Amino acid sequence: MIIDKILYILANAVNNGMPVLFGSTGEIMTEKSGHLNLGIPGIMAVGGISGVVTAFFYQQVEGRSKFLMILLPLLATLLGSLVMGLIYCFLTVTLRANQNVTGLALTTFGIGIGNFFGASIIKLSHSSLTSVRIDETSKLFKATLPFAKKLGAFGQLFFSYRFLVYLGIIIAVVCAYILKRTRVGLHLRAVGENPATADAAGINVNRYKYVSTCVGSMIAGLGGLFYCIDKNGWSNDNIGPLGWLAIALVIFAMWRPNLAIFGSILFGLLLNLYDLIPALDLNIKFPHGYDKLFKMVPYIVTVIVLIITSARKKRENQPPASLGLNYFREDR
Amino acid sequence: MDRIPAIELKNITKTFGKIVANHNVSLSVNRGEILAILGENGSGKTTLMNMISGIYFPDSGHILIDGEEVVIKSPKDSFDYGVGMIHQHFKLVDVLSAAENIVLGLKGKYNLKEASAEVSRIASQYGFEIDPAKKIYEMSVSEKQTVEIIKVLYRGADILILDEPTAVLTPQETSKLFAILRRMRDDGKAIVIITHKLHEVLSLSDRVAVLRKGEYICTLETKDATEASLTEAMVGKKVALNIDRAEPKDPEDRLVIKDLDCVNREGAKVLDDVTFTARSGEILGIAGIAGSGQRELLEAIAGLQHVQSGEIVYNDPKTGKVENLRDKTPMQIRQLGVRLSFVPEDRLGMGLVGNMDIIDNMMLRSYRKGKSAFLQRKEPRDLANEIIKSLEVVTPSASTPVRRLSGGNVQKVLVGREIASTPTVLMAAYPVRGLDINSSYMIYNLLNQQKENGVAVIFVGEDLDVLLELCDRILVIGSGKVTGLVNARTATKEEIGLLMTKSSAENEEGGANNE
Repeated sequence: MIIDKILYILANAVNNGMPVLFGSTGEIMTEKSGHLNLGIPGIMAVGGISGVVTAFFYQQVEGRSKFLMILLPLLATLLGSLVMGLIYCFLTVTLRANQNVTGLALTTFGIGIGNFFGASIIKLSHSSLTSVRIDETSKLFKATLPFAKKLGAFGQLFFSYRFLVYLGIIIAVVCAYILKRTRVGLHLRAVGENPATADAAGINVNRYKYVSTCVGSMIAGLGGLFYCIDKNGWSNDNIGPLGWLAIALVIFAMWRPNLAIFGSILFGLLLNLYDLIPALDLNIKFPHGYDKLFKMVPYIVTVIVLIITSARKKRENQPPASLGLNYFREDR
Repeated sequence: MDRIPAIELKNITKTFGKIVANHNVSLSVNRGEILAILGENGSGKTTLMNMISGIYFPDSGHILIDGEEVVIKSPKDSFDYGVGMIHQHFKLVDVLSAAENIVLGLKGKYNLKEASAEVSRIASQYGFEIDPAKKIYEMSVSEKQTVEIIKVLYRGADILILDEPTAVLTPQETSKLFAILRRMRDDGKAIVIITHKLHEVLSLSDRVAVLRKGEYICTLETKDATEASLTEAMVGKKVALNIDRAEPKDPEDRLVIKDLDCVNREGAKVLDDVTFTARSGEILGIAGIAGSGQRELLEAIAGLQHVQSGEIVYNDPKTGKVENLRDKTPMQIRQLGVRLSFVPEDRLGMGLVGNMDIIDNMMLRSYRKGKSAFLQRKEPRDLANEIIKSLEVVTPSASTPVRRLSGGNVQKVLVGREIASTPTVLMAAYPVRGLDINSSYMIYNLLNQQKENGVAVIFVGEDLDVLLELCDRILVIGSGKVTGLVNARTATKEEIGLLMTKSSAENEEGGANNE
C-alpha cells in the first residue's frame, strides 16, 4: 500500500525532526534577542542527560507513579538546560564575553557531560550495559492516543504521535505568535535588532536577553530529552550533530518558528533516508556502506540552504541586525 | 516678559574630563515659540540639549520646567516632563514598521490598529505624510524623521527639541518641515531647533540663542537680527594663535581637481563640481560645516571613493609627467609613483590598527618592500623608534598596541608614519581634533615642515582661527560645493563664516524656484 508507506515515512520524519525543531525554536528565541548561542548542541545534551539520569533512578524506585515518571525527567531536563542557559547569559550578557567562543565552549562541555554521565560512569561500574537505559520510562513517553488507529489514514496523520511531538509544535506556534503579535515580541525583536534604540525606548535590554536566552535553552533541552526517549536511553555523540542541524534550521526557517516546523519535518525525512530507501523496495542494489552516504544528505542540504539564504537579500529574512554583538550602554 | 517659560536653564555647566562643553549657559523657551540655538560645530549646542533630554547630567546649574526646578536623570524622566528630543541620528529599528517603532517601549494593551489610527490622526493634525505600516528601511531620511517626530508627539510631548533637523533634508523637505513646526508652535508647543544655518534661523525662529565654544553669547529677537550680526556672534572676534607661517617657496601646481562630482551610498550628491588646485610648498586649508563633503573629497583623491565625473590630475615633480588619479585604487596610485599621504579623520579605523603595536603599524605602509617570504622588522622598528623620539610619543615601548596610547600620541604615530614616506601630497583631516594645545602645535609644526620641503599640504580643519593662521589659502565648501577660495593672510573669520553657510541658502532659493 503506497498510502501506508507515505504515512509511515511522514510519521517517521516528524519524530526524527522533532529534536531539531525543539533546538531550533529555542535558538530562534535566543537569536531574536541578538545572541548567537552556538552552545545549543551542548545544551541539548545536558537537557537530555538530566532527564535520562533522573528517569533512570526514578524507575528503580518502589511504588513509582506513572505521572512522576513523566514529570520528573521533564523537570530535570528543564532545570539542566536552564543552568546551561544561565551560564551562557552570565558570560555573554553580564560579562560581555565573545558569544561564539562561549557557545562553542558550552557545546564541548555539554556533550562531554552527556557522554560522561550517560556512558562512562556505567562502564566504570563494570555493568553489562554500555550506556544508561530507560526503557520503562520511554515507553510511557512514547504512548499515543488509543483511538488514533481507528481513524484510518486521517488518525494516523494527525493523532498517532506521542505527546512531546504536540508539545514541540505548540511551543513553536506559540513562539511564532509571541514574536509577531505581542508587545513582548515587539520589544524582543527591537532588542535583537537595535539594542541602543530599545534601551532609549525604556526597554530593559538585559532582562529581555536573559529571559529569551534561558527560555530558549529550556526549549532546546527538551529536544535532547526527546532524542534520548526515542533511543530508550543515552547514546554517545549523537545529539551534537542534531544541535548543529537545529542551528542550521534557524537560518533555513528565516528566524520563524512556524516555518521551522515544516523545516524540521524535511530534516527528519533526510535524517532517515538511509533507512527509508531500502524500505521502499526500489530494486536497486546499493554498494556496501551506502548508509554512510545517505547520512550525509541532511548536512549537504544544510550547506546548500546556507548558500541560498545567504544570497537572498530581503531584509525581513535576514538575521537580527545585532546578532552576535554584545550590548554595552556606554559604548556609544 | 511675565509668562512662565516652558524650559528655563540657569547657569548650566558641563565638562568632559578637561574639556568644557558648556560653561554657565542660561536661556529659556516659551510655549508657542520657536527658539533657535545657533553655533558652530563643537560649540556645545547638542550637549546642552542632551542635558534636557536626560542623556547627560549637568555638573552644575538648574533646569526649570514650567517654573519648577526638575532633576532629569534619564530619557524617561525627560519624557515624563513632556520633553521630546529628535536626535540627529535616528533611534529607529529598521525592520519594524513606523507604527511598531512609535509604540516601542510603551506599556499597556498592544493594539497596532488603534496605534496606527492615532498616528494617522496626529499626522493629519499637523500635516505630516506617513504610512504607519511602512517599514523603516524602505523610508527616505525625511520619512524617518517624520516617524521620530510623531513618536515624541504620540507620547504626549509638548516641548520638542530638534537637533539639526535639516542637515539631511532636501530644500523642499526642509520647507515642509518648517511649515509643520510653525503649525505646532501655533498649537502652543515649545520648540527648540539646533542649527548652524543662518537663513533657517532667520526664516523660522522667533528668538535665537547663540553659543560659541561652550559659552552662552546672547539671545536675540530674530526680527532684530541680521545675517551679519548673527555671524559675528557665532564666530566671535579673531584670536591670535601665533602659529609660524612661512611664505610659500616657488609654488607649482601639484594636484589639480576639476569638476569633481560624487554621490554617497544613499544616492545623494556629496560633491558637486568641485574644482581647485593644491600647490607644492603651500598649505591649502579646507573649511566647511562638518559633513559638507570634506571626507568624500579626500577619499576621492586617495582612491577610496568612487567618482561620478571630473578629473584628479597629478603633476609629478620629478618626471614632469601628468597622471589622472581618478578611479584608481590606492595601490595603483602608488604604483604610478605618486607619493600621496593621507591622515584620515578616523585614526584608529582607517589610519592605524588599534590592536597592533607601533612597529607593525609602520609596516602597514611598507610591507610590500621586502623580497623574501619573511617580514623584515628591522627597518620599521628603527622608524618606530625614530618617530617616538623625534615626535615625543609617550608610550612604554614601540611594541605597545596603538589603542592603548592617548589620542594625541596616536595622531603623532599616524602623522609620523605618513611623513616618513616623504610624500609629495599630504592630506590631513582634522589632525588636531581632540588633541591638547602642545600636541596641536607639534602637528602644526610638522605640517609647516612638510610645506617647507615642498609638499602640497591639504588641511581640513574646523577651527577657523587655526585655518586662518596656518594655511596659505583656504577653500570653503558648503553642501559639497566650492563656495569660495580666500587668501588666508587677508581673509576674516566673518567672511569665511558667511561662505560656509552660503551655498545652502542658495540651494533653498533654487529649490523654491524648481517647485
